[in-house]
Amino acid sequence: MIKARVTVTLKNGVLDPQGKAIEGALDALGFSSVGSVRQGKVFDLEIEGADRAKAESDLNAMCEKLLANTVIEDYTVSVT
Amino acid sequence: MKSAIIQLPGLNRDRDMIAALTRISGRAPVTVWQTETELPDVDLVVIPGGFSYGDYLRCGAIAARMPVMQAVAEKARQGALIMGVCNGFQVLVEMGLLPGALMRNASLKFVCREVKLEVTNANTAFTRGYQPGQVIRCPVAHHDGNYFADAETLKRIEGEGQVAFRYAEGTNPNGSVNDIAGIVSDSGNVLGMMPHPENLIEAAHGGDDGRALFAGILGKAA
Repeated sequence: MIKARVTVTLKNGVLDPQGKAIEGALDALGFSSVGSVRQGKVFDLEIEGADRAKAESDLNAMCEKLLANTVIEDYTVSVT
Repeated sequence: MKSAIIQLPGLNRDRDMIAALTRISGRAPVTVWQTETELPDVDLVVIPGGFSYGDYLRCGAIAARMPVMQAVAEKARQGALIMGVCNGFQVLVEMGLLPGALMRNASLKFVCREVKLEVTNANTAFTRGYQPGQVIRCPVAHHDGNYFADAETLKRIEGEGQVAFRYAEGTNPNGSVNDIAGIVSDSGNVLGMMPHPENLIEAAHGGDDGRALFAGILGKAA
């Protein structure tokens, strides 16, 4: 079993109103040092088998086909 | 004109769309469930609004990967008219049949109100029932209608006349770039729009500004 984590984040230049709202809330809580917040998504996957290279290539395909919308999002894959 | 309407779990505007198509065309659309792999012989396929799959992952993302959508894409390639309203628009961008993306409203709030729409391009198969530049009333109801496209894509769709509808008179409810409310594909046979023309087709709705869209598609006078 291979464990993997996929992280999906908004591309630079794409406005993130949710991140902005979180930024405002953190500021309201007194965390005045926060310069900016960008919200993203994390997916933890369990992949059957032991072939890490295949798992990585499958994970990239999963990101391209479903997990990320590459019009507005970037993704990273990490296999542990 | 024969039409079909796609049904998926979580859609809730399908009945309104069926009613609109039936009243204006005089013929009920064929309903097609998401697991179907073939579409009937129709000239128009509609993906209605709602919250397919509870908007999980991204609005329209799961629906866009259901088997029936491959058949929809094939119909689009063959030149049939495809229309997506609200969640249907989100599905069409997730399928890649329309450029850009629909993001969370800039206000972060769900908006349910009436807006003004400018018919930016009245020379499409979907908008020919209107005059160029005509401003119509139309309801919106969505949380993720904030249209985004990168600068290059935006330049292309603006230049090619692919912007069909724009929010007018300061009524942009969601922060969409260039006030874009609806676009057509470069081939012109696919329309996506966030507002709900099917909800303004008769006096009992409080107006019938949406009727000309259906009448135009169906080739009838408004």
